[in-house]
Amino acid sequence: MKTRSIADYLSGHPFFAGVDADAIAELAGCAINQHVRTGTYLFREGGTADHFYVITRGRIALELFSPATGPHMLDSAGEGEVLDWPWLIPPHRWFFDARAVVETSVVSLDAACLRGKCEADPKLGYDLVQRAAQTMSHRLQATRVRLLDVYGSQ
Amino acid sequence: MTAPQVTRSHAPQAPLVPRPFRVLATRAETADTTTITLEPADGVPLGFAAGQFTMLGTFGGPEAPISVTSSPVAGPLEQTIRDMGGVTHALTRVLPGDTLTVRGPYGTGWGVTDAAGGDLLVIAGGIGLAPLRSALLEVLADRAAYRRVVLLYGARSPAEQVFAGDLARWADGEGGIEFDVTVDQAGPGWTGRVGLVTNLIPGARFDPARTLALVCGPEVMMRFVATALIDAGVPAGRIRVSLERNMKCGIGLCGHCQLRELFICTDGPVLAYDRVAGLMALREY
Repeated sequence: MKTRSIADYLSGHPFFAGVDADAIAELAGCAINQHVRTGTYLFREGGTADHFYVITRGRIALELFSPATGPHMLDSAGEGEVLDWPWLIPPHRWFFDARAVVETSVVSLDAACLRGKCEADPKLGYDLVQRAAQTMSHRLQATRVRLLDVYGSQ
Repeated sequence: MTAPQVTRSHAPQAPLVPRPFRVLATRAETADTTTITLEPADGVPLGFAAGQFTMLGTFGGPEAPISVTSSPVAGPLEQTIRDMGGVTHALTRVLPGDTLTVRGPYGTGWGVTDAAGGDLLVIAGGIGLAPLRSALLEVLADRAAYRRVVLLYGARSPAEQVFAGDLARWADGEGGIEFDVTVDQAGPGWTGRVGLVTNLIPGARFDPARTLALVCGPEVMMRFVATALIDAGVPAGRIRVSLERNMKCGIGLCGHCQLRELFICTDGPVLAYDRVAGLMALREY
C-alpha cells in the first residue's frame, strides 16, 4: 500500500483545492503529520497560535471554559475543515481550547514558516489569505444565525 | 419544476368535518415534544401523502395544524406535537384512550418519488424532522428505487433531537441512510458536531444534478440551507421546503395562512424553493 505524503494530504483537502503542485510542495515543507488522541487538546486558550491545522480525519471541538459552569462546546471542525486563522492574524493567539472528541489526524503547518512562504510569494500569500477569509466568513455567518436560537423559537 | 400535487385520494371527502380518532399511545420525544399514535374510531384509515398535515384538536376545543409523522404506506397514524402553549399544550397532555378530532389531510406532499433513480437529500432542523420522517419512511419502503439517501439534521442540543430511536438506527446504517447531525449547544460528553446544519452540506455525498432536496425547519434555517444547496449546484426547482403559517380552515377559504398569492394550506405546505424564495423573508401581518 502506498503511503500518502503530506503533499498528498494537502492537495486532497478542500481548503487547498485548486492550489498547484509546486505551491503544495512548498507548503508541505512547513508541515508535519500529527495524531491527536481522544480527549487531548490540540491547543489551549491564550496559547500562541504557532500552527495552522488541516484536519484529515476525526473531529476537534472548540471550547470555552467557564470556572462556574465548566467547558462549553462552541463549535467543531472535522475532516475537510481547518483550524483556524490566528496563525495569519496578529497577535497570533488562540481564543479557545481545541479538544479532540474522537481520534483525530491533522497536518500541522508551522505558522512562522507559512507566513514566510506567503511573504516570499505574495501570489500564494494572497491565495491563502482569500481561502482563510472564506473560512472565517462561513464561520461568522453560521455563528450569527445560531445567535437567533432558531430551534428554540421554532 | 412546480410543487408536487397531492392526489385526490389524499384529499378528505368532507374537508371541514372532524373525524374522531382514539389515542393508542404517546411517546415523549423531548421535554416539550410528544408523538401520539392514533386510530380512527370508524376503522377507516386516514390516507395521506408524506408532508401533508391535519387539523388536530380536542373535542369542542380549538385545533392546530400538525404534520403527519408516520409512514404513508404502512402502520398507524402518528403525529408529533411540540408544546407551544394553548392547543398544543393540551394535545401533548393526551393519554391512551382519549379521543381527538382529526380533519384532513391537507396541503401538498413532499413528492419523494420524484427522487427515484437519483439522490434524495433530506435536511431537517429541530421538530422539522417530523414531516420528513414520513418521507424517509416512504423511501425506506422502496429503498432500491433511490440512489443515495442522505439525512442531515440540526438540533438545538443533543437532548432536543426528536425520533432518537430512528436516528440511532439510521446512524448505524439501517436502511442505507447516510446520516449526520449537528447541534447548536453541547456539553463535553458530545462527540458529534457543533454548528449550523449548513456546515454538514460540504461533507455530504450526493450528486447535485441528480438530487431532490427536502428541507424543513425554522424558515431562517431553510433560507440558509437553500442558499448553500444552490451554491453546491442543486437547482432551486429541485429544493422543496415546508412552510408553516397560521393555518385554520385547511382548504384555502379563511385566508389566515395567505402568503401573498399563496394559501399555504392548499398551495403548500410543501413548495418548490424557486417558487417561494422571494416570499420567505416577507413580514407577516
